[in-house]
Amino acid sequence: MGTALDIKIKRANKVYLCGEVLSGVVVITSKDAVQHQGVSLTMEGSVNLQLSAKSVGVFEAFYNSVKPIQVINSTIEMVKPGKLPSGKTEIPFEFPLHMKGNKVLYETYHGVFVNIQYTLRCDMRRSLLAKDLTKTCEFIVHSPPQKGKLMPSPVDFTITPETLQNVKERASLPKFFIKGHLNSTNCIITQPLTGELVVENAEAAVKSIELQLVRVETCGCAEGYARDATEIQNIQIADGDVCRSLSIPIYMIFPRLFTCPTLETTNFKVEFEVNIVVLLHDDHLITENFPLKLCRV
Amino acid sequence: RDTFPMDVAAFDSCRLEAVPVEFGDYHPLKPITVTESKTKKMGRKGSTSSTSSSSSSSMIDPLSSVLDGTDPLSLFAATADPVTTADTTRKKRDKDDSLVVGSDFEPWSSKRGEILARYTTTEKLSINLYMSSEKGKATTPGSAVSEKVRTRLEELDDLEEGSQKELLNLTQQDYMNRIEDLNQSLKDAWASDQKVKALKIVIQCSKLLSDTTVIQFYPSKFVLITDILDTFGKLVYERILSMCLDNRGSLPDNFTPESVNDTAKETCLNWFFKIASIRELIPRFYVEAAILKCNKFLSKTGISECLPRLTAMIRGIGDPLVAVYARAYLCRVGMEVAPHLKESLNKNFFDFLLTFKQMHGDTVQNQLVVQCVEIPSYLTLYSPAIDWILQCIAYRAPEVLLTEMMERCKKLGNNALLLNSVMSAFRAEFIAARSMDFIGMIKECDESGFPKHLLFRSLGLNLAMADPPECDRLQILNEAWKVITKLKNPQDYINCAEVWVEYTCRHFTKREVNTVLADVIKHMTPDRAFEDAYPQLHSIIQKIITYFHDFSVLFSAEKFLPFLDMFQKESVRVEVCKCIMEAFIKHQQDATKDPVILNALLHVCKTMHDSVNALTLEDEKRMLASLINGFIKMVSFGRDFEQQLSFYVEARSMFCNLEPVLVQLVHSVNQLAMETRKVMKGNHSRKTAAFVRACVAFCFITIPSLTSIFARLNLYLNSGQVALANQCLSQGKIGVCFNCIIILSCQKTEYYYDQSRGCTRVIRKLLESIKAGAGSERVCCWRTEEYKRYQTPGGRSCVRE
Repeated sequence: MGTALDIKIKRANKVYLCGEVLSGVVVITSKDAVQHQGVSLTMEGSVNLQLSAKSVGVFEAFYNSVKPIQVINSTIEMVKPGKLPSGKTEIPFEFPLHMKGNKVLYETYHGVFVNIQYTLRCDMRRSLLAKDLTKTCEFIVHSPPQKGKLMPSPVDFTITPETLQNVKERASLPKFFIKGHLNSTNCIITQPLTGELVVENAEAAVKSIELQLVRVETCGCAEGYARDATEIQNIQIADGDVCRSLSIPIYMIFPRLFTCPTLETTNFKVEFEVNIVVLLHDDHLITENFPLKLCRV
Repeated sequence: RDTFPMDVAAFDSCRLEAVPVEFGDYHPLKPITVTESKTKKMGRKGSTSSTSSSSSSSMIDPLSSVLDGTDPLSLFAATADPVTTADTTRKKRDKDDSLVVGSDFEPWSSKRGEILARYTTTEKLSINLYMSSEKGKATTPGSAVSEKVRTRLEELDDLEEGSQKELLNLTQQDYMNRIEDLNQSLKDAWASDQKVKALKIVIQCSKLLSDTTVIQFYPSKFVLITDILDTFGKLVYERILSMCLDNRGSLPDNFTPESVNDTAKETCLNWFFKIASIRELIPRFYVEAAILKCNKFLSKTGISECLPRLTAMIRGIGDPLVAVYARAYLCRVGMEVAPHLKESLNKNFFDFLLTFKQMHGDTVQNQLVVQCVEIPSYLTLYSPAIDWILQCIAYRAPEVLLTEMMERCKKLGNNALLLNSVMSAFRAEFIAARSMDFIGMIKECDESGFPKHLLFRSLGLNLAMADPPECDRLQILNEAWKVITKLKNPQDYINCAEVWVEYTCRHFTKREVNTVLADVIKHMTPDRAFEDAYPQLHSIIQKIITYFHDFSVLFSAEKFLPFLDMFQKESVRVEVCKCIMEAFIKHQQDATKDPVILNALLHVCKTMHDSVNALTLEDEKRMLASLINGFIKMVSFGRDFEQQLSFYVEARSMFCNLEPVLVQLVHSVNQLAMETRKVMKGNHSRKTAAFVRACVAFCFITIPSLTSIFARLNLYLNSGQVALANQCLSQGKIGVCFNCIIILSCQKTEYYYDQSRGCTRVIRKLLESIKAGAGSERVCCWRTEEYKRYQTPGGRSCVRE
């Protein structure tokens, strides 16, 4: 196999906060001594924006705004050109995670149209005969806890045929009465979304009740914007014709990486919503939408 | 259980002494060497690798090279160390009894087989899998990386895109094999480090539990699939545990989350996040429950927070049958991991009661109509799950709680199903004390619901284990039997009756048992219904003979023998006879001459004897013979010797096919003759002399029918001695007898050198007894003559005087 390059980040979960020091070791293993032209380590953080296919035509004019936004970038020379001994060589490193100027270290987020990603890249440049070696490794940045106490904002809801919008033939709808509550729409990202739901009565049998977590990503600037809502995950909370008047727990854990505290900047926005979807046996689909505000405390 | 930790302690101390012995360190025979032991670590698999280089100053001793460090014994001693520490921690843990389920808790494993045997189907089953299980073929080593990647990608595509495969028309056995295949592919996937594939298999399997087509098979399906989940749970737990290993060795059993390292925690957390994002409710529930134990790595309170949440989660499962089994699984996992958390067990049960009405809802009823399943048989599908939940609740629970549970059950309409589960799960003493209440409740139950005979059966089982209050006993029997006797279906009837016979035997006399037997005969005779109920009938007999040790009482119950007549299949009949004889031999204290017993047991023994044929195994024959012998030995007519002899004569004619019985009879008759002599103090009157001669004649007629030469030889000797002692010389029988012996022994010595000594001994004894016993000249003459004539050929004399 020859020479192998690996980056080991000290923390097992690879999570660092802004202001902390990212540390770890670069491990180089080789059977023989390695001749090289220097080993460097680069830390990079950027926001990648992408326009959805449907909006590309309209927004070609704004091409500039879709350029990746670099949040952090720094390189250090770890080893000067020379020779590394055979066996395993471990080179420790440390990077302070500081904001530069007004550039904020956004929290890591993997979305569809917005991606915020932080990587460490280790390069070993070698002579012409041998290929350069590269290893990249992602690490995760969490934004520092928000100040101030989070106010819980409970929401009660009732779903009946009358409360629905976008209904073509209201008369053909089966009668149903569903009520419930969310404990809070201001959510702490590390805590689950909780609440309760009761099917008080429903003429048609219930097939399934689901919680749909939706990301709403907005890219653009002052001139205009593209706003797209896509599903992150869908969690079924009831399967089959559930017992009437029995409260069913609403419980959803926010997935890591795919969610971040609700984010609003001049160039892009990342927001979240949850839909409660009730599917009846006669294929009626009832949806109730709740915008969420995620934060980290 | 109490003494066990002591044993461990003793064991530990032995083991600890053994640890410091290190053979590698020093040996007097070893030359001075410089030993450099490089790596000597204790891996988690106990593999210890040590390399050592030794340089000798003068010469290299081959022995010493064996002795430095790589000695297997010292390795063993070294690796034994963590084992002993684990033992001591286990000992500590055992002290804290509330955290462990005791041995008095009937484990799931014992229920498992029962459920699989009971809930079967002949309907065709189908498995709906969204993946290919046979695609998991290992890539050949050495194949190009790109190819590997490609197949891996294809595989992933298969898994993702849903190479949906529906296996239709599977028989039950096919289905079970398929599930077993999945279990195996789970293990394979795990072993080949395909954790994601393993998780996918588990998710797909648990998804099968949401399918209630072929509902009769559901309990068995639950058993099969939860086996897979258990495997998965164990794999995940062990993997994370192995990640906690550091240089200090493995974690103790009662580790705290603080001692778990970050990597292990992160992996564990990852599993939980992955599972939390499973789309469907039922797989998400089952997979999370399967790895419940892993919460121990993350926080102390993890399990106690998880259980209520999972309990609440089940409320989302619409089908009541699926939901109740999910509850049973949660209770099972909960009992294994944290038996002290009782609240969620109770909560599970109360939640179940809340959804009780669903069983009679439209959705369920429509489903039953489609599948052509009757309500009573549908309700019995719930029993294993409810039994299990109640068993978990009732385990070491206070009386108050049980009373409360019962009250809650009472409040619900048509509570037969619950009542049955209460009776099978709660302590027998608790049920027995309230037997009359229960009978009342059973009577009130709706006829169309849960089968009533099952209720009486459950009650009977409890009463067989614990005693109801003295004053109620007869009334309980009357009430119960009133219902049982009205059961039309012979199978239902006998299942109930079998259980209640034990109660009857336990508390009542011959008269009541006789009535019960009469009733059973009445129900089981029409249409030869007994043919399908041999196991139950057999068990009735067994119960009766365990309680009635006095056989004269037993046989005087007039229905007992007619009851025996119901066993018309020979193999079963013989088994029953054997049981009776075993009980007789075990319990009968004194010899008997009771004509009732004799008559009945002769009949029983004759049945056993008549079952012997050319195909009967040697062991079986021996067994039967020893039982019959046991009986013969127990028969005594006291001073009425003549009757005794005539009994033996009768026995001989009855049991002629079993040689050991004939041998026993000869011995018994010989004994009888000697007994007579003793009574007469050595001087026979004319009458007794004739009797003794009859005895001797009995022997001499019986012996020749034996096939074993040596048995004959010995019996001839014995009988000869007896005859001599009783001065029965007149008939020349002794002569015949001795002739036989000598002929036999001479014949045999030619063929069996080994045995010749035995013969010699026999003849010597014989001669001694002749010398001692008879002064008669005739015998002496005869003796020398015969002796000369039958001296062994080849000049080897057998007897030397």
